[in-house]
Amino acid sequence: MPDGAALEGRYARHLVLPEIGSAGQNRLAAARVLVVGAGGLGSPVLLYLAAAGVGQLTIADDDVVSLSNLQRQVLHATSRLGDPKVASAADRLADLNPDVRIVAHPLRVTAATAPILVTGHDLVVDCTDNLAARHLLNRACVEAGVPLLSGAIAAWEGQVGLYDPSHGGPCFACVFPETGSRPEQGKGVVGALPGIVGATMALEAIKTIIGAGASLRGQLLLIDTLWNDRRLVRVARDPACPVCGREHGIC
Amino acid sequence: MAELDVVYFAWVRERIGLPRERVQTEANDVSELVAELRERGPRYAAAFADLSALRVALDQELATFSTPLSGIREVAIFPPMTGG
Repeated sequence: MPDGAALEGRYARHLVLPEIGSAGQNRLAAARVLVVGAGGLGSPVLLYLAAAGVGQLTIADDDVVSLSNLQRQVLHATSRLGDPKVASAADRLADLNPDVRIVAHPLRVTAATAPILVTGHDLVVDCTDNLAARHLLNRACVEAGVPLLSGAIAAWEGQVGLYDPSHGGPCFACVFPETGSRPEQGKGVVGALPGIVGATMALEAIKTIIGAGASLRGQLLLIDTLWNDRRLVRVARDPACPVCGREHGIC
Repeated sequence: MAELDVVYFAWVRERIGLPRERVQTEANDVSELVAELRERGPRYAAAFADLSALRVALDQELATFSTPLSGIREVAIFPPMTGG
């Protein structure tokens, strides 16, 4: 018979799942996850990982809450307009789940800050809004041997991949080389889209931490919410990749 | 002559104005297919102006623009998305 905590406690609905149970919940409680970007994708990622009882959530973002954020960035509130996003996020997450240790860095990802931010984490979740930051995080994760769960959105569509070359599969730069040109992407995004893509990322983060089910390692998930199309593209490591390839001495 | 499904994502779809289409082609590889599609008009030419910004998957496996199309049923063309 399940005990009282299993029936009524904060993690009751996890503890009764065979894929999580007390062993998986303990893994979540021991996990240290860095979430870079507390915006559209960062909102559901942080909310669901905090609610799930991840032991430490480190948040990095140098932006402040603005009115145009609130159509999709459900972590923040009208009462926090003008406040640093990491402060708004830390308060909301502490209220949601005081079990979670929140570490807030009002920092931008740069070549200097990325390796420092990544150090000491079991998983990095990329919720940034530009390709330069994504490549900087990828380099830091490859060098530190930390898996990178990266998601991105545009208009009605999203992409999610788990890049973890130290355990097989490609790094982000194997799939999206740094040398490619970077045409300007429109700013339009339907408000519920980061909810779909960010919740997918939170779920993949939980699966990665507890080791359950099918991993996104070696796969890129493409989500098109306008035309109801989802597909998994198999992606392989590029031996000539300038970031993780053998010729470059990382692995 | 082969028939393929070609699927477009993100701003490629926006520029072409279609999420997917059935294409008859004599192309041997992806770059030849793209050359044929460019001939369809300015929307396609705009979408394929710079291939270095695009990635391609053949039957849901990442490929390159020089990968042969023999036996392939679906070509998906997508850019890296950047928003968060």
